[in-house]
Amino acid sequence: MYNDIEEKGLTALYWLAASLIVIILLAVIGYIFMRGIGVFNLDFILSKPGAGGKTGGILTPMLGTLYTTAGALLTAIPIGIGTAIYLEEYAHRRNVFAYIVNLTSETLAGIPSIVYGLFGFVFFVLYLDLGWSIISGSLTLAIMILPTITRTAQEAILAVPREYRENSLALGASRWQTVSKIVIPSAIPGIMTGIILSIGRAVGETAALILTAGSSLGMPGSLADPARTLSVHLYILAMEGISMPRAFGTALAIVIMILMINYLAGWSMRRLSRSGRFE
Amino acid sequence: MNTIKMVAENINVFYKEFQALHDINMDIQKNLVTALIGPSGCGKSTFLRTLNRLNELIEGTVIKGQVYLDERPIYGKTQDVIALRRDVGMVFQKPSAFPMSIYDNVAYGPRVHGMKNKANLDDVVEKSLKAANLWDEVHDRLKSPANRLSGGQQQRLVIARVLAVDPEVILMDEPASALDPISTAKLEELIRELKQRYTIVIVTHNMQQAARISDFTGFFLNGYLVEFNRTEEIFINPADKRTEDYITGRFG
Repeated sequence: MYNDIEEKGLTALYWLAASLIVIILLAVIGYIFMRGIGVFNLDFILSKPGAGGKTGGILTPMLGTLYTTAGALLTAIPIGIGTAIYLEEYAHRRNVFAYIVNLTSETLAGIPSIVYGLFGFVFFVLYLDLGWSIISGSLTLAIMILPTITRTAQEAILAVPREYRENSLALGASRWQTVSKIVIPSAIPGIMTGIILSIGRAVGETAALILTAGSSLGMPGSLADPARTLSVHLYILAMEGISMPRAFGTALAIVIMILMINYLAGWSMRRLSRSGRFE
Repeated sequence: MNTIKMVAENINVFYKEFQALHDINMDIQKNLVTALIGPSGCGKSTFLRTLNRLNELIEGTVIKGQVYLDERPIYGKTQDVIALRRDVGMVFQKPSAFPMSIYDNVAYGPRVHGMKNKANLDDVVEKSLKAANLWDEVHDRLKSPANRLSGGQQQRLVIARVLAVDPEVILMDEPASALDPISTAKLEELIRELKQRYTIVIVTHNMQQAARISDFTGFFLNGYLVEFNRTEEIFINPADKRTEDYITGRFG
């Protein structure tokens, strides 16, 4: 009898814990939605902010986010995946260089973003004289998300069955053919997961970008121009008391953007799996 | 009379400190099935993998001795491993279709070796699937994912994939151990057909299987080739006491 009560009690507790996650998520998104929906319309998305954000919309910060995130991904994805391929497919076990690379990427993953921001400011903005710019911001974000992309790509490559490699090599394929035609395609779902996580981090990043991309509200004309991202815009609107309704509108835009990116990534993965890959 | 297709000469294999094979000598007859039997860890799979140089993938492996394919040595710095593996194909224990369509699986080898022409690829895919007794079951869904096939079908697909690169020798490492009895029967039937055109070396745990399908049998124990002879000799009149004990089920 006692065991039965214990069993039921514990089940209820676990259920409660699990539902708490759903409640928190719904509460946060619901609250942002309620507070933000008042200003959120097509005009808000497509017009530039006026009077430091008191009026107008979020067009320029939205472009700022898109440019810096895209720049970061374009830089970090090839380097991250390349590193993962080297470590998992080419480096020998107990290779000292591979050990150092692994250790470095683990350490990099644990550094707070503000520290990256400070480094980006000193190195890209000042030393390389790139100024507060999209390029400084992108490169700083790239360093920040590089460990995530590398680690998840490593895990994904490691999870590809050894039999695939043996079968491919036994058919007379070279190592590179095996990696490019079998291993990487099989690892893409895992690699995509890392990229999605990275996009979330990059879109949400604020501290590192204030220090490297600046907070200019001007329309960026080139990679060398400064740009304010949505997160920075939200921070400034809220922190300096410029406009709380617009801060929530901006928050809503960030949430929608991330949900859209996640959905798109999931959709493209399902499409790929329908064509016979990744099941 | 049969001719000799491959010769293993004084093969010794070491994994770091451990010696996995001791002085193996074996002549593999053309267009016949050679079975390698013995208890787990006896070195039969290791020996099989010396025949297409797949042991080299494992770090710390040292191989001494020489293997000849049609009198050409396969070990040596100047030997082309990729060309060797085209001539000596391999089927593994676990049926392992690549995560792509049935067609792309079979076309993988030819494409890797540079075949691009669609008509030629179609032709190779059809011929290989027919030779592997799989065509009738899959010809109407070549573009569907290969991993939806059953285990037995996947194993025949793997064989079709090997046949598509036009090998001379096919190595099989316990190809039926993950299959049900009906799939196993189909696979054995296929092996009997394939030896018309190919030389086959098969590692098996199943003594009845070795007796049913092979012409020559080698019995391995603790890294030594204890006995190698015509299959009927091994099973009816073994020369070594240890062989007799193993095939009568006294150990292993």
